[in-house]
Amino acid sequence: MDDLIRRSARELADLLQSGAVSAREVAVAHLDRIAEVDERVHAFLHVDRAHTLTQADDIDARRRAGEQMGPLAGVPLALKDVLAMRGQPTTCGSKMLEGWRPPYNATVVQRLLDNDIVILGKTNMDEFAMGSSTEHSAYGPTHNPWDLTRIPGGSGGGSAAALAAFEAPLAIGTDTGGSIRQPAAVTGTVGVKPTYGAVSRYGLVALASSLDQPGPCARTVEDTAMLHMAIAGHDPKDSTSLDMPWPDMVAAAQRRDLAGVRVGLVRELGGEGFQAGVRQRFDEAVALLTSLGADVVEVSCPSFDYALAAYYLILPSECSSNLAKFDGMRYGLRVGDDGDHSVEQVMGLTRAAGFGPEVTRRIMLGTYALSSGYYDAYYGSAQKVRTLIQRDFDAAFATCDVLISPTSPTTAFPLGSKLDDPLSMYLQDVATIPVNLAGNAGMSLPIGLAPEDGLPVGLQIIAPIKGDARLYEVGGALEAALHAAWGHGILAEAPAL
Amino acid sequence: MSGITRAEVAHLAKLARLTLTDEQLDHYAEQLSVIIESVARVQEVAGADVPATSHPVPLVNVLRPDVVQPGLSNLDALAMAPAQEDGRFRVPRILDEE
Repeated sequence: MDDLIRRSARELADLLQSGAVSAREVAVAHLDRIAEVDERVHAFLHVDRAHTLTQADDIDARRRAGEQMGPLAGVPLALKDVLAMRGQPTTCGSKMLEGWRPPYNATVVQRLLDNDIVILGKTNMDEFAMGSSTEHSAYGPTHNPWDLTRIPGGSGGGSAAALAAFEAPLAIGTDTGGSIRQPAAVTGTVGVKPTYGAVSRYGLVALASSLDQPGPCARTVEDTAMLHMAIAGHDPKDSTSLDMPWPDMVAAAQRRDLAGVRVGLVRELGGEGFQAGVRQRFDEAVALLTSLGADVVEVSCPSFDYALAAYYLILPSECSSNLAKFDGMRYGLRVGDDGDHSVEQVMGLTRAAGFGPEVTRRIMLGTYALSSGYYDAYYGSAQKVRTLIQRDFDAAFATCDVLISPTSPTTAFPLGSKLDDPLSMYLQDVATIPVNLAGNAGMSLPIGLAPEDGLPVGLQIIAPIKGDARLYEVGGALEAALHAAWGHGILAEAPAL
Repeated sequence: MSGITRAEVAHLAKLARLTLTDEQLDHYAEQLSVIIESVARVQEVAGADVPATSHPVPLVNVLRPDVVQPGLSNLDALAMAPAQEDGRFRVPRILDEE
């Protein structure tokens, strides 16, 4: 059954529907793969084999009984450990929530279960989704399946590595500044940050509420579209959820016609600081888009030069407020409750013990940016930059259908190499952050391997707010052309684990 | 606008309820200074006429019908409490002793 783990979600769905395989067989193949390779990859924080098989058996029983099933029924998925799942550990990669089992399901999780998607386990991540390497997980880093000495990206490195290591065909990520797209880029997988409000944030442990967005991850554009359809849609439990009908993303992924599509090359995203091999593969992809009939033009978004600075004021500000709830009173870690310490002392001791260095850094940065005397200069100015970035996007989308850039300035860097240099780590997200600040939709898909290190390079496609289907139209067409040229998907080139 | 002092970091840590060691305060003072110096450039670009954006896709007056719905049960809410007593969260003393 080794073959099953290399199938796309679409292929598995077809096999399951025809009765050629059972959900249990598919789940067992993936659980066995996890048992075989995850000691080295460490994509998962928690796997509950019995729970997974119970869900698979239930799906098989209902299918045998003739029940009408959803298109992804029986296909397995890896869930980022930042989404609440009733009765299952949900740590957010933090000691603060070690052993916590949520009393409810996130809306995304409920939709996965309603669609009979089989949940294999919870994936590793930077603590509370802060980081670009998964090294800030309190439970140790995830390793990139392409080279186990390198980072898998972050914060959703566990979800991306699970896909690249063939431990799961589908995964859920969350993207606040690039946490779906950058891991996708450095692992040779596909990830989409939907328009802000497209996928419910209910039950997502918040990092920065005005930036966070859950989204689908997979190995192909079409699989990503199928998962997108399963999780998107209005949720009354999230007051920022968009109440609107969405076009069929799967049909968009299958269209494969770029004639006359106007593609904007963002001048500010891709020059200085971008690795030579990343630029080379990106330039080739641009030429390929042109040969497919797209009309590629250069556009300028001058405010993007200030996006990183604005982001590292807005995000810490929101995070210092959101993470105030972890005070050791109602759930999670409590330290120093010995009868002598006051409640304030217990809170201080709990938070110092429960949060790692990056979380501590950002909470203090946010506390600084929001403190009286600095509020206008820092948080206020950053919010104005956000307006300028939105205006740049508006101007660019007046002449373009989508915008493109490299997803990440570099390929996967060695574990440990940026750990104590926060600014250098933050630069990983320089091309993805403007999308979160403006609320747009973005995709990363693999476009080749950098010649100098043989590691995957990702291309980012950006669509306007509510224009998510355009990501799939352009991504699907580009992927089909690349696969035709290569004769296979990019992960066929990955070394055996 | 660079150079955040250890005393300032100690104040931030107090506000954020983080009990840090002197060594940690020094370490974060150094790192926060570098980061703050780098992000201070947001002040260069936007004039007074540019409005602030707090939310990328603003929605207003999002309300649900005023109908009673089931919430979390007492049992579920307390299930993960670090300490509980008589169906309530048990917390350390709130008031200082005289």
